[in-house]
Amino acid sequence: MILLELFFEFFKVGLFAVGGGMATLPFLYELAEKGWYAPEFVSTMLAISESTPGPIGINMSTYVGFLQWGILGSIAAVIGEITPSIIIILIISKFLQKFKDSAIFKDAFYGLRAASCAMIVAAGVGIVKIAFFGEKLSDFFWQGGILAVILYVFLKKFKLHPVVYIGISAVVGIIFKFSI
Amino acid sequence: MEYLMLFLTFAKIGAITFGGGLAMLPILKREVVENKGWATEEELVDYYAIGQCTPGIIAVNTATFIGAKQKGVLGGIVATLGVVFPSVIIITTIAAFLQNFLDYQFVQYALNGIRICVCVLIFDAVLTLLKKAVIDIPSGVIFLVALVLSLFTSFPIIGIVVLAGICGISVKAAKKFKSKGGDKE
Repeated sequence: MILLELFFEFFKVGLFAVGGGMATLPFLYELAEKGWYAPEFVSTMLAISESTPGPIGINMSTYVGFLQWGILGSIAAVIGEITPSIIIILIISKFLQKFKDSAIFKDAFYGLRAASCAMIVAAGVGIVKIAFFGEKLSDFFWQGGILAVILYVFLKKFKLHPVVYIGISAVVGIIFKFSI
Repeated sequence: MEYLMLFLTFAKIGAITFGGGLAMLPILKREVVENKGWATEEELVDYYAIGQCTPGIIAVNTATFIGAKQKGVLGGIVATLGVVFPSVIIITTIAAFLQNFLDYQFVQYALNGIRICVCVLIFDAVLTLLKKAVIDIPSGVIFLVALVLSLFTSFPIIGIVVLAGICGISVKAAKKFKSKGGDKE
């Protein structure tokens, strides 16, 4: 029964959380009220989800599902969370493919693309803040700054797969004891 | 076979993305646009735009889009299952055996390094996408207005998307009107 409950609770999260993984946080606090875990544990789950590969929202729902019913619980929660997305996006995708050559659609996407880039940049500013600055904006993480410049030069020179740079950065972080 | 390829490609993307949907952008660009040719850079930006203002996880929405474009409904489902598959494995392992893995000092050092790298990768990906999205003065203005709105106000994302779409249609209509008028002169 709890598996069904997990599926439906996360189906709701997937249906109502607009704007990605972080938008699911309020829902996770609500689920804590069901007694599934302590509200304080949400921040631990968030920290782990942000520090492991994969979409943050999916990582968090996997965690909650696992706490309730082991690996099957994880699967139930994740399937619940992605089902609304799949349905909604499949409908939009059908629609897009049908109208993608119409002039009005192309014109709308001309504007939308620029705005989408702006929203990506705005979200990127948040990520930069976390990566380069500590509690105060005045503490610039200068070792990180040097690594960033070197990485960018290498990225432009050798077009290696992104995961190579991620691996190198992890090793550099360990060797030079990166701490903010 | 193509379904297996979709699943494996998206599983790979899910397994090497650190930092959520935005961090997935450079990896998607590499794997889906450059390696596989499943989508163009413009389409990737479009999917992000739609993914941000529809319900659900952005990375999942983008995977569904690309899968559906390749192989219809089943393709969308397979790609989505692929992108979440590594999460299930990794998080259940951590939840079962390594709940305190963040307490290890070397994990923190590594994550601090990875975060820097993710910033650089996103910066590079955004620059390429910007060249495709901001192509003239009106699109530059739309970009700047949307940037200011999303950085400094709590204007809803769906509002920005709808307004940008309307602006796009209006700008193009004005252009067509102008060039028509020009022909007559």
